[in-house]
Amino acid sequence: MPIATLAWHSLINRRFTAALTVISVALSVTLLVGVERLRNETRSSFSNTISGTDLIVGARSGPAQLLLYSVFRIGDATNNMSWKSYLDLLENPKVAWAVPMSLGDSHRGFRVLGTTEGYFEHYRHARQKTLRLAQGRVFDDIYDAVLGSEVAKKLNYDLGDQIILAHGASDVAFARHGDKPFSVVGILEPTGTPVDHTVHVGLEGLEAIHLGWQYGAPLPGTAATAKQAREIDLTPKTITAVLLGLKSKVSTFQVQRFINEYPQEPLSAILPGVALNQLWNLIGIAENALLLVSVFVVIVGMFGMLTALMTGLNERRREMAILRSVGARPIHVFALIMGEAGFLTLLGVLLGFAALHVILLVARPIMESQFGISLVFGTPSITEAGLLASVILAGFLVGVIPSYRAYKMSLVDGLSVRV
Amino acid sequence: MQAIEINDLIFRWKRGEATILSLDSVQIARGEQVFISGPSGSGKSTLLSLLAGVTTPEQGSLQVLGKRLERLGSVERDHFRANHIGYIFQMFNLIPYLSMVDNVTLPCRFSRQRRDKAVRRSGTPEREAIRLLDHLDMAHDDLLGRPVTTLSVGQQQRVAAARALMGSPEIVIADEPTSSLDANRREAFVELLFKECGESGATLVFVSHDESLQPLFDRRIPLQEANRAAHSEMQAG
Repeated sequence: MPIATLAWHSLINRRFTAALTVISVALSVTLLVGVERLRNETRSSFSNTISGTDLIVGARSGPAQLLLYSVFRIGDATNNMSWKSYLDLLENPKVAWAVPMSLGDSHRGFRVLGTTEGYFEHYRHARQKTLRLAQGRVFDDIYDAVLGSEVAKKLNYDLGDQIILAHGASDVAFARHGDKPFSVVGILEPTGTPVDHTVHVGLEGLEAIHLGWQYGAPLPGTAATAKQAREIDLTPKTITAVLLGLKSKVSTFQVQRFINEYPQEPLSAILPGVALNQLWNLIGIAENALLLVSVFVVIVGMFGMLTALMTGLNERRREMAILRSVGARPIHVFALIMGEAGFLTLLGVLLGFAALHVILLVARPIMESQFGISLVFGTPSITEAGLLASVILAGFLVGVIPSYRAYKMSLVDGLSVRV
Repeated sequence: MQAIEINDLIFRWKRGEATILSLDSVQIARGEQVFISGPSGSGKSTLLSLLAGVTTPEQGSLQVLGKRLERLGSVERDHFRANHIGYIFQMFNLIPYLSMVDNVTLPCRFSRQRRDKAVRRSGTPEREAIRLLDHLDMAHDDLLGRPVTTLSVGQQQRVAAARALMGSPEIVIADEPTSSLDANRREAFVELLFKECGESGATLVFVSHDESLQPLFDRRIPLQEANRAAHSEMQAG
């Protein structure tokens, strides 16, 4: 291959512009594959925000709404469901476990979830990962609270700190349950899910702080003290939602229909996976836009290479004529430019892929601990391989333009150079 | 046998356009050193393109080393040039990103035949390059290591001559190789070419409008007179 070594020497000679071209291709590839990898992981991490739960049950509403308030703590339930219905579900022979959830209160902007110890046992995220405590223990006493990692970090809480919950989503003085503070007994590890932004307390605790409250405000004179509340039956009358685990997944639709047609109360049961996918389709547009942008960045990178090769051509007409004089065919001239384009592209793609991994080396632990997103290191997925192949193909296609021009020029010029 | 034999040759870029070259009969013997003279526009570069097999005549025959070039395809003509012709340009003969030796061995990349000849003579193309450069007084260590773009014009032309002689092609074509040299260097360069061509038995076709060099050559072909197309154009103009 006489042309390959020539192309190599020629590139070395123009190493500065060649390096710039390689860098622009490499950066665009880093971005493209990085976005694709992130996109893939956020998608799977999103659809695994809640896993292991077969059905989510709440008062009758649409699947998206139920999912939003029960899992993402966004918005509020239009209605509660009764405790009796929960007990009914628990007794259903097809049901393996049921975790009640009660939402509505907040602590300094973070939602409070009233639930049972079962929540920590059965809630799963990111492909069957359980919630793990970074410090302390699960709540035990009425006035115990377990914080999501982000809550503890943002508000700088430690084990043993006292926190005061507020009624509703807005934390204003008159709506605070100031008489019954909770103490932090546990802090969860980051999960990259809404759990990180949640304050977890027992159902009884929520019941206790609402004793004597009506229509969103305390009734004067009827409130029980924190100590008195311990003597009272704190079984809630209503809850917001229930997470259900079934003994066999085969019965999922059967149980869903049973709940949707529950005679005592209008209820809805949704399959979290399906609802999550629906929701992702809605918000996934942003993610597609991101990919589209990075595709455009690659196109810009390719234009950079095209410009670099095209501007060089006129100066190289002399070189073409010399090559022709020693016996090079016009196709050799084509191959010379093509070789350069191909080499620049391949090197750019390799460098870009390598650069991504250098970035991943640094970013992976951070992404994992902060957002619960575990980015894949190493071998490209099939889609990524497809993207890389497309970039290489695009590079060669772009290379055809200056190569063909040089080919035509060398045909017309022959051994003379009309500049 | 003749090195070059031209009969009733007519060339024009496209049918319908003016004839650029029209030659009755031109013969150049093997080993001859011919001076082709003529002012610009007399068809010199066209003749060289034809001899080098870059273009083909519209009519007539163009025989080089016994091959009818006009009957060969473009790929075969490129091969023919690679194997049998060494070419020296007026100036800027060197590929800037190659070393002096790599510039000289360049024909060996495109011609197996010339590579084999170089290897037979000196063992490797690189050693043959050094041998030729040494003959042309260019094989100094301080010159060999330098980027070719830093060489003086005269030095560059000598490297170009070494390249044209690389692998002992049968024909060396020099297109105004001395026009960028000082007057006192011109003769020395031509003498050098004579010596090297004589040693390898190459036929030298030397094109120039510098008539002062003409006495050095075996023979002169005044293209202005030989080319009927240039003649008629002159009369018309």
